[in-house]
Amino acid sequence: MIEIRWHGRGGQGAVTSVEMLALAAIEEGKYAQGFPSFGPERRGAPVAAFNRVDDKQIKVRSGIYKPDVVVVLDPSLVALVNVTEGLKEGGTLIVNTVLSPEDVRERTKFKGTIATVDATHIAREELGVPITNTTMLGAVIKAVNPVKVESLNAPLKERFGRLAPRNMKALKRAHDELNLSTAA
Amino acid sequence: MKRVVEGSQAVAEAVRLARVGVISAYPITPQTHIVEFLSEYCANGSLKARFMRVESEHSALAALIGTASTGVRAFTATSGQGLALMHELLHWTSGARLPIVMAEVNRALAPGWNIWVDQTDSLAQRDTGWIQLYCENGQEVLDTVLQAYRLGELVNLPVMVVLDAFFLSHTYEPVDVPEQETVDSFLPPYEPKFQLDPKDPCAFGSLVTPNIYMEMRHSIAQAMDDALRCFPYIEDEFEKIFDRRYGTVEALYCDDADIILVTTGTITSTSRQVVNELRAEGEKVGLMKLKLFRPFPVHHVRSVLISAKKIAVIDRNFSFGAGGIFAQEIRAALCNEPGHPPVYGYIAGIGGRDVTTDVIGEIYRRTKNSEAPEAESIWMGLQEV
Repeated sequence: MIEIRWHGRGGQGAVTSVEMLALAAIEEGKYAQGFPSFGPERRGAPVAAFNRVDDKQIKVRSGIYKPDVVVVLDPSLVALVNVTEGLKEGGTLIVNTVLSPEDVRERTKFKGTIATVDATHIAREELGVPITNTTMLGAVIKAVNPVKVESLNAPLKERFGRLAPRNMKALKRAHDELNLSTAA
Repeated sequence: MKRVVEGSQAVAEAVRLARVGVISAYPITPQTHIVEFLSEYCANGSLKARFMRVESEHSALAALIGTASTGVRAFTATSGQGLALMHELLHWTSGARLPIVMAEVNRALAPGWNIWVDQTDSLAQRDTGWIQLYCENGQEVLDTVLQAYRLGELVNLPVMVVLDAFFLSHTYEPVDVPEQETVDSFLPPYEPKFQLDPKDPCAFGSLVTPNIYMEMRHSIAQAMDDALRCFPYIEDEFEKIFDRRYGTVEALYCDDADIILVTTGTITSTSRQVVNELRAEGEKVGLMKLKLFRPFPVHHVRSVLISAKKIAVIDRNFSFGAGGIFAQEIRAALCNEPGHPPVYGYIAGIGGRDVTTDVIGEIYRRTKNSEAPEAESIWMGLQEV
């Protein structure tokens, strides 16, 4: 089982990310769960959302405290939130930022794999808005491979309709432009 | 079709598929997405129902009592404080023998304000004459709403389908959403046994004197017994069509178990994982999931639990001055059996605190390692304050 924690801000669509990833997983015949941080949410405030993906049926229905992967949708959160809290030592930190993985390692002191991509830039170019939830799915797939890129075609189409191809293009760019630094 | 939906949406999909005629609800906190989805379905025509937005939960159920009296299939959803406000009319619904179905998302009661999961809200309504069915995942929620209409309409009693706030209501997971024709073959249109009819005027709700009130109450008691007797037959039919069944209780590894955990709601699901791991280590542990709480399946519960050495009940609820509510009911079910196993009552997850695999594992070990219960109720994970 792979457990993923997403950090974003209310309104940036972190819950949509977990839903899309869960849909892609079941497209492949896997099992998946997605849930937000439980409680009231405010637009702009730091929020988290969570995924579990497994080949077997998922029975655990409690929070995720020791994720394998952490994804940060908003560059400003690295300084605001302890994004590596509970992240497994051999885990993967994936950040939307202009910084290099080495810069992120310097700031977070995280020893595992670090991946960065300027998803805001990609989203602005491809979607015209700085919303990176679908773009960052490409980064996650490249870094930890929970599902195949193609498995997101149907979920994106269902959710975004005629905007799906642009979201897919942004996703693929993040996949291809990802900077990866394996464990130090 | 397999879809990824929240528990709340699984309820809404089932209500759509049940071809409910009228929905009434109060849309403000502690309400959930359930009625948000349903108002959308009513607005876009995917559900041909009247959505009545009212000024309180009390009014929501009052409106449905009127509606259901005219012979229409009716639905509402609420939570926590909203259910508490409905209390008087919960008695009215069962007394009027109206098979209204309600989705009740377990949320803690105030003060302090807390919208997280806690079962005390629904369990405080156990004596109102509503059938209560507790669910552990999105699929079970969808299936149970469909079963609830069959069961309620058969015995003329209202049904509460109960699900955990957040851990179930807000969790996305794959759910098989059946086709309309398939559901129609299981759940035919509602045929009321009595209804308001302008051509045949009559009055409901008049004074009932002592010479007949007791018989009316006894009739509700009999309907509850009928519900207990009929639920397995409804599940037989459900299983033929959908290839799934749940049981009033489900016993997992109970036959040779020394210790049996008793759970409800999403704690059951996490406990399955723990019990599987403990079994792999050679521990003789079993799990009994309680789905039907009213009517209470006393004989079934007794037969599952009687041969174990110890019973550990996990309650995400509390009756002040008494203890965990499920533990009390389990003790009552066993008390007339000579040599019955001791019942350990554990209080966990109150007000939305997480019940992790570690917490459940600790409950098992504490039960195993003590000769007798340390206290009537053992509160798990209490902090020093």
